[in-house]
Amino acid sequence: MIRAATIVASLLLLAFIAIPLAGLFVHLSPAQLGSGLSSPTALTALRLSLFTTAISLVVTLALGTPLAYVLARGEFRGRRLLDAVVDLPIVVPPAVAGLALLLVFGRFGLLGPPLRALGVQLSFTTAAVVMAQVFVASPFYVRAARSGFVAVDRTLEAASATLGMGPLRTFAFITVPLAAPALLGGAVLCWARALGEFGATIMFAGNLAGISQTLPLAVYLNLENGDVTIATAISVLMIAISLATILVVRTYERT
Amino acid sequence: MLVVDVCKKLRDFEFAAALEAPCGVTVVVGPSGSGKSTLLRLVAGLLRPDSGSIVLDGRVLADERTFVPPFERNVGMVFQEYALFPHLDVAANVAYGLRARRAAPAEREKLVRRILDRLEIGELRGERVGELSGGQRQRVALARALVIEPAALLLDEPLSALDPLTRARVRDELRAILAGVDVPTLFVTHDQTDRAAFPARVVRIERGRLVAEAS
Repeated sequence: MIRAATIVASLLLLAFIAIPLAGLFVHLSPAQLGSGLSSPTALTALRLSLFTTAISLVVTLALGTPLAYVLARGEFRGRRLLDAVVDLPIVVPPAVAGLALLLVFGRFGLLGPPLRALGVQLSFTTAAVVMAQVFVASPFYVRAARSGFVAVDRTLEAASATLGMGPLRTFAFITVPLAAPALLGGAVLCWARALGEFGATIMFAGNLAGISQTLPLAVYLNLENGDVTIATAISVLMIAISLATILVVRTYERT
Repeated sequence: MLVVDVCKKLRDFEFAAALEAPCGVTVVVGPSGSGKSTLLRLVAGLLRPDSGSIVLDGRVLADERTFVPPFERNVGMVFQEYALFPHLDVAANVAYGLRARRAAPAEREKLVRRILDRLEIGELRGERVGELSGGQRQRVALARALVIEPAALLLDEPLSALDPLTRARVRDELRAILAGVDVPTLFVTHDQTDRAAFPARVVRIERGRLVAEAS
């Protein structure tokens, strides 16, 4: 009885998740999929998405790696609080994140006047897209990298030091290679989250073709305009990317 | 000559010890948690003393004004579980300290080959360290510490990770190897048999204090 109920419950949820996703695939013929993906809107959005996510990934790696190492190795007051702050964007609604960015970096935000004095406008630009992505996606990398660094045996770093390697070279030759699976897994997850970013982007960067209209925003706009084929084609592409991401991350987790 | 005279506050007691170790083996014995590893970590530079000094062959490694970091001390250390780098093969583990010194590849190769032959583990050079037996790991760790021609050698319970049968054999081999090492060598152990096996000066540590013993 319990066994049967367990199976039914599991199947119901699985079907609820799988059927709508599969429905996207059967909704389109291969020809429609091709024409949808090769439409100018889709191509422009794809190009913008690849460009912005590449930059936000580089920014996250450059700033997130030292932060993750400090969180893993540092012994100081307030580390737990810092940990929590880093994780915050994972649970904060993206729309709230977008509003927060707008209130600080927007034209009438906290830093708006000094930025304007420097001739810099961030909101509703491609830079804003990158900022929204870094804000929302970087915690996924920092979390993974932190666990990866924690798992590296400190005695190995000590051994490296006694053999004559300074802290930077020890980090490069011992810590990073040993944490590499976690770093790669985190980077892939972070990139995928940035690629799917919607809420913060539309609040802070708007929905302008070629400037801030990334793939998820293009899905939304095309559906609004009644271009269901294009919206669906982009959705199919994004599901394929998501699936590939999960498979890659699982592979790294196993090693 | 290694001259240590340092204080270091630990969680349960204060480590305060003065010790002079000439070339050759000095066995350091004492119950676990008595500060034996602390002594080695202080000499290696992995711990910073609160006060006092550490001088090796006339070079001040640590005193009130100086603290030479571990990577500039040239002190070889064999860790308790050997701390071999799992992502590198045997040759790369042994060559690591030479890489740190930016030795040319040909020179590196020559020195690695020489030390591996001396410790009779030349045939292991391409092995991943995860595949090695306990006795083999110990030799690789020893080769890695010796190839840099350290000014002092520190061995932290180098036999404790071995099973009893291997242990007796490796102990004999280690004694033979250390007989050819002509720098101050601190050999930390809590095992009476290890201690008896080394015809060396013996120093006893209890709760962070040194008690000299006759050999």
